[in-house]
Amino acid sequence: MNGLTFDIAHLLAGGLVLVSFMMLYQDRLFALINVFAVHAIVLALSVAWQAYIQDAHHLYVTAAIALIFKAIIIPVGLHRIIQRLGIHRDIETAVGIGSTMLAGIGLVTLSMVLMLRVTPYAAPLAREDLAFALSIILLGLLVMVTRRNAVSQVVGFMSLENGLVLAATGAKGMPLVVEISVAFSILIAFIVIGVFLFRIRERFDSVDVGALDDYRGEHR
Amino acid sequence: MTAFSLDAVAAILLIPVVAAALLAALPNYRLAAGLNVAASLLTLLAAISLFVTVRPPPGQYLLVDDLNIVFIVLNTFVGFTTSVFSASYIAHELDTGRLTAPNLRFYHAMYQIMMFGMNLAFVSNNIGLMWVAVELATLTTVLMVGIYRTHEALEAAWKYFILGSVGIALALFGTILVYMAAQPVVGEGTNAMVWTVLIEHAARFDPALLDVAFVFLLLGYGTKVGLAPLHAWLPDAHAEGPTPISAVLSGLLLNVALYAVLRFKLLLAASPEAISPGPLMITMGLTSLVFAAFMLYRRRDIKRLFAYSSIEHMGIIVFAFGMGGPLANFAGLLHMVMHSLTKSAIFFTVGHIAQIKGTQNIAEIRGLTETHPGLGWALVIGVVAIAGLPPLGIFMSEFLVVSSTFARHPLLAMPLVFGILLAFGALLLRLTGIAFGEPRGSTAPAEASYVPMYSHLALVFAAGIYLPPPLVIWFQHVANLLG
Repeated sequence: MNGLTFDIAHLLAGGLVLVSFMMLYQDRLFALINVFAVHAIVLALSVAWQAYIQDAHHLYVTAAIALIFKAIIIPVGLHRIIQRLGIHRDIETAVGIGSTMLAGIGLVTLSMVLMLRVTPYAAPLAREDLAFALSIILLGLLVMVTRRNAVSQVVGFMSLENGLVLAATGAKGMPLVVEISVAFSILIAFIVIGVFLFRIRERFDSVDVGALDDYRGEHR
Repeated sequence: MTAFSLDAVAAILLIPVVAAALLAALPNYRLAAGLNVAASLLTLLAAISLFVTVRPPPGQYLLVDDLNIVFIVLNTFVGFTTSVFSASYIAHELDTGRLTAPNLRFYHAMYQIMMFGMNLAFVSNNIGLMWVAVELATLTTVLMVGIYRTHEALEAAWKYFILGSVGIALALFGTILVYMAAQPVVGEGTNAMVWTVLIEHAARFDPALLDVAFVFLLLGYGTKVGLAPLHAWLPDAHAEGPTPISAVLSGLLLNVALYAVLRFKLLLAASPEAISPGPLMITMGLTSLVFAAFMLYRRRDIKRLFAYSSIEHMGIIVFAFGMGGPLANFAGLLHMVMHSLTKSAIFFTVGHIAQIKGTQNIAEIRGLTETHPGLGWALVIGVVAIAGLPPLGIFMSEFLVVSSTFARHPLLAMPLVFGILLAFGALLLRLTGIAFGEPRGSTAPAEASYVPMYSHLALVFAAGIYLPPPLVIWFQHVANLLG
């Protein structure tokens, strides 16, 4: 692998981590969804680049799924849902932005230290992809725990899945079964969530998970 | 013979799929409930036939070995008895209007898809396929937990969905890491995800990578096992969904995730330089046990009470498997079977009780043995069994866990015994109120199906008195396999 192909792959995977960081400080739902669309586009580019340098044509399918499904259909769908629900555009972040960013930096450091240390024998590109992927997964988790709104939790979860796709494509020659299943699971997950959102909306006119927390199942 | 055995595996997978398609199209709920029972029975028969037929050689995707047969037969058996219970349960739900006919069509189809997912997870020889199957089973149960569409049911389903998805995402990352570890040794492609190939070459895998992979897998699948501190979804999902689903969640789905953990534990054990998975599992098991035992005291909802008891018992089982060695593995395996049977029997009973009383609040359920002796005594036997009193099966398996721990690590036995005793106290405390005393609440006659609960309890009782030697030999063999 020559320097340029490596650098481009590196750039794209690193870009994905940066976009994950951008999600951390979005305080409006529409902006968050737009950033997620950018996340999916960078993922699609990264996967397509992997397909090109690994000469693995089936990965183009994964890239196409990321581009069409995650970068276009889901963001458009979420925009619609938000409009139909008429929910507030402000995201109630449970933790302040400053401390969230600091925590994010800590998580990225952690995943770099961990993954680079345990993969000394793997191909250089694969190990960097794994380290970036773990960062994206942890940042996705961070988005999920710092938001109280159901839609932004869903977005956090999807960015987490993007990290998984990056890891799966970085692992050279990983069978197609898994990539398709990941794509499918996102589809299913989205349907499930969609159903739930509508049900929640039907009953309570709110998708704020915080409102659900009032009930603990045990009247005291 | 080989072809026939392949057919048995195919039947275990195909019957639920076909049944799900039929059930989704069938508007009549009585017919659907009957078909559900018939399909579950056929699957059980197919699973039992695995014992007698010659096994197919492991393929790239499917595998039948001594370990998973135990799980498959248990799974299909409890799946069958639950379908019988479910038939009488849903009739009542339909009468009271909590569920409608379209709900039921959806429910029955989902039930069979869930059985398919669980069976697929057990027979899969491919760690990628296993992941997909566990995910499928999870998603179907999420949908069923939310089926009542009440405020509480939606919260429970949402929590279950979010925590379950995060868990499953971590498990996928662990799976990818295992592939990364295998790839330099086994080569690229499907083979590096085939479990039988992996275990053959595990000794040459990069141990550091395997270590990290196992941590992710344990956390990921551990979320689904309901190990503390990742258990938060479990009590809600048990309490708010339909009771047949609580029974299969506790009795079966937790086992599926446990089975996945065990498979990867074997992989790690085959690699001499990797960390030993035991201490991690022991720690998580003990934490779950002691935590759940304390939580049992504050429960006011009867289904939540037994959900926490499931966390407690999964803690004991994970602890036993973490200890390892033939005796502790034997005890863990036995405890898993006994817990599945007992806990689902308890949920069958509790389901009918909650229907009669119209509440799940423990304070409003009193004196059951007087008003509904059939249900009341079933609950007494079930709780006595689950609390670990002799002569029932769980006493025996808990005794084995405790004695093998005392023999090897007496210090670890202290928190173990403490947790078990604590849970014992809480359960008996609650039981006396529910089963005895001044009757309270509705005394309407029960239209319960007693066969599933009493057949489970009879099995647990029989196992406590006498374990047939072939079964013991079989379990010992599997325990040795588990290392």
